[in-house]
Amino acid sequence: MALAAGMFAVAPWMIDAAPYEATMGLVYKIYFFHMPSAWMFLTAAIVAGVASFRLLFLKRPRADHWVTAAAELAVVFGAFTLVTGPLWARKAWGVWWVWDARLTSSLMLFMIFVAYLLLRKYGGPGSDKLGAGLALFGMANVPFIYVSVNYWRTFHPPTSVVPTLPVAMGIPLWYCVTAFTLLFVILLRLRARLEHQRARVEALYLAEDEA
Amino acid sequence: MRLLRILFVLAALTAVPSVALSKEAQPKPPADFVPVENAPPGEQIPAMPLLGTAYGFIWVGVFGYVWSLARRLRKVETEIAELEAKRR
Repeated sequence: MALAAGMFAVAPWMIDAAPYEATMGLVYKIYFFHMPSAWMFLTAAIVAGVASFRLLFLKRPRADHWVTAAAELAVVFGAFTLVTGPLWARKAWGVWWVWDARLTSSLMLFMIFVAYLLLRKYGGPGSDKLGAGLALFGMANVPFIYVSVNYWRTFHPPTSVVPTLPVAMGIPLWYCVTAFTLLFVILLRLRARLEHQRARVEALYLAEDEA
Repeated sequence: MRLLRILFVLAALTAVPSVALSKEAQPKPPADFVPVENAPPGEQIPAMPLLGTAYGFIWVGVFGYVWSLARRLRKVETEIAELEAKRR
């Protein structure tokens, strides 16, 4: 946690040192937090989908804790992506939002995980399996979101931008990706621990009732 | 034939003023483009507030989420400690 906090504290200096982009100028620097947030958003959806598969088809009840943890992180990182993207677009494209394949499918993925959290909160018994089904649909959306910029007409930069970045822009980007990945792993473990502890509380109450 | 001639005259009579009117209403195109150093203030979208809002939102979001997670964990761990103490 201290390492992640330290990396986030240094990040503004790394981003400040990055050069301006020729057509977008200063505003493109939103990219250094927007892109890692988007990657963590998609990673969270994949983790939730894999854990849902384990819950539904391999009958591992503890996998439910990981689905819940990853779904909550998908909402958190999804919110970061969907807020920072329009702030960048306002200056770069002249509009806050366009209904292209990338933006629309990202919004749909975000809504799937918001629906998951609402289902788990208010769905009652059996909502774990229903929710896992929903999370599987969320994971199925991920490859579509990733390649959508390469197949459909859009203003959004294509996936080829990342490997072709000049070194001066690539270093701060990969630094931020590392910081976000570290943060994601820590938050996922902490959130899953919260679910394990909640299950323990329930078991203790059951044991108390039986005694 | 006479009817055709009347229609032609009518069409010509209506077309001439409408062309003249449309020419009058149309603004004059600029003869040349004049470069300026900075765009007029109304035309600019400043980048800094957008950048600041984007980074600020993520910083506040991360701190808020970590705080909420820590609070929920502390609550559930206190509950476990109480329940285990009761069992002993």
